[in-house]
Amino acid sequence: MLEIGVNHYLILSGLLFSIGLMGVLRRKNLLMLFFATEVMLNAVNIAFTAIGNYYGDLSGQMFAFFIIAVAASEVAVGLGLLIVLYKKYGSLDLDVISSMKG
Amino acid sequence: MYEFIAFYVFAIATTILFLITVMSKNVLYAMSALAGGMVMISGFFFLLGADFLGVVQLIVYVGAVMALYAFAMMFFDATKDIKEKHQNPSLVFLLSGLMALLFVVMFSAPIIGDNVQALYPVVEGIGNAQAVGMVLFTKYLIPFEVAALMLLVAMIAGIILAGKKMDYSLTKCEAIDEEMDIEAIIKNEKGEA
Repeated sequence: MLEIGVNHYLILSGLLFSIGLMGVLRRKNLLMLFFATEVMLNAVNIAFTAIGNYYGDLSGQMFAFFIIAVAASEVAVGLGLLIVLYKKYGSLDLDVISSMKG
Repeated sequence: MYEFIAFYVFAIATTILFLITVMSKNVLYAMSALAGGMVMISGFFFLLGADFLGVVQLIVYVGAVMALYAFAMMFFDATKDIKEKHQNPSLVFLLSGLMALLFVVMFSAPIIGDNVQALYPVVEGIGNAQAVGMVLFTKYLIPFEVAALMLLVAMIAGIILAGKKMDYSLTKCEAIDEEMDIEAIIKNEKGEA
Protein backbone atom coordinates (compact mmCIF):
# COMPACT_ATOMS: atom_id res chain seq x y z
CA MET A 1 0.00 0.00 0.00
CA LEU A 2 3.02 2.24 0.41
CA GLU A 3 3.56 2.20 -3.36
CA ILE A 4 2.14 5.28 -5.08
CA GLY A 5 0.94 4.16 -8.48
CA VAL A 6 -0.76 5.87 -11.38
CA ASN A 7 -4.16 5.07 -9.86
CA HIS A 8 -3.47 7.25 -6.84
CA TYR A 9 -2.76 10.21 -9.07
CA LEU A 10 -5.77 9.52 -11.26
CA ILE A 11 -8.13 9.26 -8.29
CA LEU A 12 -6.74 12.48 -6.85
CA SER A 13 -7.15 14.16 -10.20
CA GLY A 14 -10.74 12.95 -10.40
CA LEU A 15 -11.49 14.28 -6.94
CA LEU A 16 -9.97 17.68 -7.74
CA PHE A 17 -11.93 17.78 -11.00
CA SER A 18 -15.11 17.08 -9.06
CA ILE A 19 -14.28 19.90 -6.64
CA GLY A 20 -13.88 22.22 -9.62
CA LEU A 21 -17.13 20.95 -11.11
CA MET A 22 -18.91 21.61 -7.83
CA GLY A 23 -17.54 25.15 -7.95
CA VAL A 24 -18.73 25.69 -11.50
CA LEU A 25 -22.18 24.40 -10.60
CA ARG A 26 -22.72 26.34 -7.39
CA ARG A 27 -20.91 29.63 -7.99
CA LYS A 28 -22.87 32.67 -9.13
CA ASN A 29 -20.01 35.17 -9.17
CA LEU A 30 -18.10 35.23 -12.47
CA LEU A 31 -14.68 35.68 -10.87
CA MET A 32 -15.30 32.67 -8.64
CA LEU A 33 -16.38 30.69 -11.71
CA PHE A 34 -12.99 31.47 -13.24
CA PHE A 35 -11.26 30.15 -10.12
CA ALA A 36 -13.27 26.94 -10.35
CA THR A 37 -12.25 26.43 -13.99
CA GLU A 38 -8.61 26.89 -12.99
CA VAL A 39 -9.08 24.09 -10.46
CA MET A 40 -10.47 21.82 -13.16
CA LEU A 41 -7.60 22.61 -15.57
CA ASN A 42 -5.04 21.83 -12.89
CA ALA A 43 -6.71 18.53 -12.09
CA VAL A 44 -6.52 17.52 -15.74
CA ASN A 45 -2.84 18.49 -15.85
CA ILE A 46 -2.09 16.09 -12.99
CA ALA A 47 -3.86 13.27 -14.82
CA PHE A 48 -1.95 13.94 -18.06
CA THR A 49 1.41 13.99 -16.30
CA ALA A 50 0.67 10.87 -14.27
CA ILE A 51 -0.35 8.87 -17.33
CA GLY A 52 2.67 10.15 -19.24
CA ASN A 53 4.88 9.04 -16.37
CA TYR A 54 3.17 5.63 -16.27
CA TYR A 55 3.82 4.93 -19.93
CA GLY A 56 7.26 6.54 -19.94
CA ASP A 57 5.97 8.97 -22.56
CA LEU A 58 6.59 12.68 -22.87
CA SER A 59 3.35 13.45 -24.72
CA GLY A 60 1.46 13.78 -21.45
CA GLN A 61 3.75 16.58 -20.34
CA MET A 62 3.43 18.24 -23.75
CA PHE A 63 -0.33 18.35 -23.46
CA ALA A 64 0.00 19.74 -19.95
CA PHE A 65 2.18 22.54 -21.37
CA PHE A 66 -0.38 23.41 -23.99
CA ILE A 67 -3.14 23.36 -21.38
CA ILE A 68 -1.12 25.84 -19.32
CA ALA A 69 -0.74 28.07 -22.40
CA VAL A 70 -4.49 27.89 -23.10
CA ALA A 71 -5.26 28.66 -19.46
CA ALA A 72 -2.97 31.70 -19.49
CA SER A 73 -4.59 33.18 -22.60
CA GLU A 74 -8.06 32.32 -21.28
CA VAL A 75 -7.31 34.28 -18.13
CA ALA A 76 -6.04 37.28 -20.12
CA VAL A 77 -9.12 37.49 -22.34
CA GLY A 78 -11.55 36.50 -19.59
CA LEU A 79 -10.35 39.12 -17.16
CA GLY A 80 -10.62 41.78 -19.85
CA LEU A 81 -14.21 40.71 -20.43
CA LEU A 82 -14.89 40.71 -16.69
CA ILE A 83 -13.65 44.28 -16.41
CA VAL A 84 -15.89 45.35 -19.31
CA LEU A 85 -18.87 43.59 -17.72
CA TYR A 86 -18.15 45.19 -14.37
CA LYS A 87 -17.98 48.62 -15.97
CA LYS A 88 -21.30 47.99 -17.69
CA TYR A 89 -23.33 46.42 -14.89
CA GLY A 90 -21.43 47.27 -11.72
CA SER A 91 -21.62 43.68 -10.59
CA LEU A 92 -20.27 40.27 -11.51
CA ASP A 93 -23.25 38.31 -10.24
CA LEU A 94 -24.76 36.09 -12.90
CA ASP A 95 -28.30 36.79 -11.66
CA VAL A 96 -27.73 40.53 -12.08
CA ILE A 97 -26.05 40.52 -15.48
CA SER A 98 -28.30 37.94 -17.12
CA SER A 99 -30.32 39.78 -19.75
CA MET A 100 -32.24 36.93 -21.35
CA LYS A 101 -35.46 35.71 -19.82
CA GLY A 102 -35.73 31.99 -19.39
CA MET B 1 8.35 5.80 1.43
CA TYR B 2 9.21 9.44 0.81
CA GLU B 3 6.97 9.44 -2.22
CA PHE B 4 4.15 8.03 -0.11
CA ILE B 5 4.45 10.75 2.53
CA ALA B 6 4.92 13.51 -0.03
CA PHE B 7 1.98 12.35 -2.13
CA TYR B 8 -0.44 12.29 0.77
CA VAL B 9 0.76 15.62 2.18
CA PHE B 10 0.35 17.29 -1.20
CA ALA B 11 -2.95 15.53 -1.86
CA ILE B 12 -4.54 16.59 1.42
CA ALA B 13 -3.19 20.13 1.08
CA THR B 14 -4.45 20.60 -2.48
CA THR B 15 -7.86 19.14 -1.68
CA ILE B 16 -8.36 21.37 1.33
CA LEU B 17 -7.07 24.48 -0.44
CA PHE B 18 -9.23 23.90 -3.51
CA LEU B 19 -12.25 23.25 -1.31
CA ILE B 20 -11.60 26.63 0.31
CA THR B 21 -11.36 28.15 -3.18
CA VAL B 22 -14.71 26.71 -4.17
CA MET B 23 -16.60 27.29 -0.92
CA SER B 24 -15.23 30.60 0.36
CA LYS B 25 -17.33 33.73 0.22
CA ASN B 26 -14.41 36.13 0.18
CA VAL B 27 -12.65 36.67 -3.15
CA LEU B 28 -9.31 37.34 -1.50
CA TYR B 29 -9.41 34.10 0.52
CA ALA B 30 -10.45 32.13 -2.55
CA MET B 31 -7.61 33.58 -4.62
CA SER B 32 -4.99 32.98 -1.95
CA ALA B 33 -6.17 29.40 -1.48
CA LEU B 34 -6.05 28.86 -5.25
CA ALA B 35 -2.47 30.16 -5.41
CA GLY B 36 -1.45 27.88 -2.54
CA GLY B 37 -3.12 24.90 -4.17
CA MET B 38 -1.26 25.56 -7.39
CA VAL B 39 2.07 25.60 -5.52
CA MET B 40 1.12 22.25 -4.02
CA ILE B 41 0.19 20.88 -7.46
CA SER B 42 3.67 21.68 -8.74
CA GLY B 43 4.85 19.26 -6.03
CA PHE B 44 3.04 16.45 -7.86
CA PHE B 45 4.86 17.33 -11.05
CA PHE B 46 8.20 17.14 -9.27
CA LEU B 47 7.18 13.78 -7.79
CA LEU B 48 6.26 12.49 -11.25
CA GLY B 49 9.65 13.43 -12.67
CA ALA B 50 8.30 16.31 -14.75
CA ASP B 51 10.67 18.92 -13.33
CA PHE B 52 10.30 21.41 -16.15
CA LEU B 53 6.52 21.25 -15.99
CA GLY B 54 6.67 21.86 -12.25
CA VAL B 55 8.79 24.96 -12.75
CA VAL B 56 6.47 26.19 -15.52
CA GLN B 57 3.49 25.61 -13.23
CA LEU B 58 5.16 27.74 -10.56
CA ILE B 59 6.18 30.52 -12.95
CA VAL B 60 3.11 30.70 -15.17
CA TYR B 61 0.29 29.79 -12.81
CA VAL B 62 1.45 31.06 -9.47
CA GLY B 63 3.54 33.87 -10.87
CA ALA B 64 1.63 35.18 -13.87
CA VAL B 65 -1.97 34.00 -13.70
CA MET B 66 -2.46 34.69 -10.01
CA ALA B 67 -0.75 38.07 -10.34
CA LEU B 68 -3.17 38.83 -13.17
CA TYR B 69 -6.09 37.87 -10.94
CA ALA B 70 -4.67 40.03 -8.18
CA PHE B 71 -4.46 43.00 -10.56
CA ALA B 72 -7.97 42.39 -11.85
CA MET B 73 -9.27 42.26 -8.30
CA MET B 74 -8.19 45.86 -7.88
CA PHE B 75 -11.01 46.73 -10.30
CA PHE B 76 -13.57 44.90 -8.22
CA ASP B 77 -14.37 45.37 -4.57
CA ALA B 78 -12.55 42.45 -2.99
CA THR B 79 -13.07 43.29 0.64
CA LYS B 80 -16.78 42.71 0.94
CA ASP B 81 -18.19 39.20 0.91
CA ILE B 82 -19.98 38.20 -2.24
CA LYS B 83 -23.61 37.27 -1.89
CA GLU B 84 -24.78 34.37 -3.95
CA LYS B 85 -28.26 33.03 -4.23
CA HIS B 86 -28.13 29.27 -4.31
CA GLN B 87 -31.26 27.79 -5.69
CA ASN B 88 -30.58 24.10 -5.23
CA PRO B 89 -27.45 23.46 -3.18
CA SER B 90 -28.18 19.83 -2.35
CA LEU B 91 -28.52 18.97 -6.03
CA VAL B 92 -25.09 20.46 -6.73
CA PHE B 93 -23.47 18.43 -3.97
CA LEU B 94 -25.30 15.30 -5.14
CA LEU B 95 -24.16 15.74 -8.74
CA SER B 96 -20.53 16.47 -7.91
CA GLY B 97 -20.45 13.67 -5.34
CA LEU B 98 -21.77 11.22 -7.91
CA MET B 99 -19.17 12.53 -10.37
CA ALA B 100 -16.39 12.02 -7.82
CA LEU B 101 -17.62 8.50 -7.05
CA LEU B 102 -17.73 7.71 -10.76
CA PHE B 103 -14.17 8.94 -11.25
CA VAL B 104 -12.88 6.93 -8.31
CA VAL B 105 -14.58 3.74 -9.52
CA MET B 106 -13.31 4.32 -13.06
CA PHE B 107 -9.73 4.99 -12.04
CA SER B 108 -9.48 2.36 -9.33
CA ALA B 109 -10.45 -0.32 -11.86
CA PRO B 110 -7.37 -2.15 -13.17
CA ILE B 111 -5.74 -0.44 -16.09
CA ILE B 112 -6.89 -2.22 -19.22
CA GLY B 113 -4.72 -0.59 -21.87
CA ASP B 114 -1.49 -2.43 -21.05
CA ASN B 115 -0.59 -2.66 -24.70
CA VAL B 116 -0.18 1.09 -25.20
CA GLN B 117 3.20 1.91 -26.71
CA ALA B 118 5.06 5.06 -25.78
CA LEU B 119 5.17 7.32 -28.83
CA TYR B 120 7.92 9.58 -27.56
CA PRO B 121 9.66 7.57 -24.87
CA VAL B 122 11.63 9.26 -22.13
CA VAL B 123 15.30 9.24 -23.18
CA GLU B 124 17.63 7.93 -20.51
CA GLY B 125 20.65 9.91 -19.45
CA ILE B 126 19.45 13.45 -20.13
CA GLY B 127 17.50 15.80 -17.92
CA ASN B 128 13.80 16.38 -18.11
CA ALA B 129 14.10 19.92 -19.47
CA GLN B 130 16.36 18.73 -22.28
CA ALA B 131 14.06 15.83 -23.17
CA VAL B 132 11.04 18.15 -23.16
CA GLY B 133 12.86 20.59 -25.43
CA MET B 134 13.79 17.86 -27.87
CA VAL B 135 10.20 16.66 -28.20
CA LEU B 136 8.69 20.15 -28.12
CA PHE B 137 10.87 21.52 -30.92
CA THR B 138 10.56 18.49 -33.21
CA LYS B 139 7.20 16.75 -32.94
CA TYR B 140 5.21 19.54 -31.35
CA LEU B 141 6.76 22.49 -33.17
CA ILE B 142 3.60 23.62 -34.99
CA PRO B 143 1.36 23.42 -31.89
CA PHE B 144 4.06 25.36 -30.05
CA GLU B 145 4.04 28.13 -32.66
CA VAL B 146 0.24 28.19 -32.70
CA ALA B 147 0.28 28.50 -28.92
CA ALA B 148 2.65 31.44 -29.22
CA LEU B 149 0.30 33.10 -31.72
CA MET B 150 -2.65 32.39 -29.44
CA LEU B 151 -0.86 34.06 -26.53
CA LEU B 152 -0.16 37.10 -28.73
CA VAL B 153 -3.82 37.32 -29.73
CA ALA B 154 -4.88 36.92 -26.10
CA MET B 155 -2.48 39.68 -25.04
CA ILE B 156 -3.85 42.10 -27.65
CA ALA B 157 -7.41 41.18 -26.73
CA GLY B 158 -6.70 41.69 -23.05
CA ILE B 159 -5.14 45.09 -23.64
CA ILE B 160 -8.00 46.26 -25.86
CA LEU B 161 -10.75 44.94 -23.57
CA ALA B 162 -9.28 46.23 -20.33
CA GLY B 163 -7.83 49.42 -21.79
CA LYS B 164 -11.11 50.89 -22.99
CA LYS B 165 -12.24 53.84 -20.90
CA MET B 166 -9.19 53.47 -18.70
CA ASP B 167 -9.56 57.09 -17.54
CA TYR B 168 -13.05 56.34 -16.23
CA SER B 169 -12.78 55.45 -12.56
CA LEU B 170 -15.32 52.98 -11.26
CA THR B 171 -15.17 53.69 -7.55
CA LYS B 172 -14.96 57.44 -7.98
CA CYS B 173 -18.08 57.58 -10.12
CA GLU B 174 -19.98 55.37 -7.67
CA ALA B 175 -19.00 57.72 -4.87
CA ILE B 176 -20.17 60.71 -6.93
CA ASP B 177 -23.42 58.91 -7.74
CA GLU B 178 -24.02 58.22 -4.06
CA GLU B 179 -23.34 61.86 -3.22
CA MET B 180 -25.78 62.96 -5.91
CA ASP B 181 -28.38 60.52 -4.56
CA ILE B 182 -27.97 61.92 -1.08
CA GLU B 183 -28.23 65.48 -2.40
CA ALA B 184 -31.40 64.58 -4.30
CA ILE B 185 -32.90 63.04 -1.16
CA ILE B 186 -32.04 66.11 0.84
CA LYS B 187 -33.59 68.35 -1.82
CA ASN B 188 -36.73 66.22 -1.86
CA GLU B 189 -37.02 66.38 1.90
CA LYS B 190 -36.56 70.16 1.77
CA GLY B 191 -39.18 70.39 -0.93
CA GLU B 192 -41.64 68.33 1.12
CA ALA B 193 -40.93 70.38 4.20
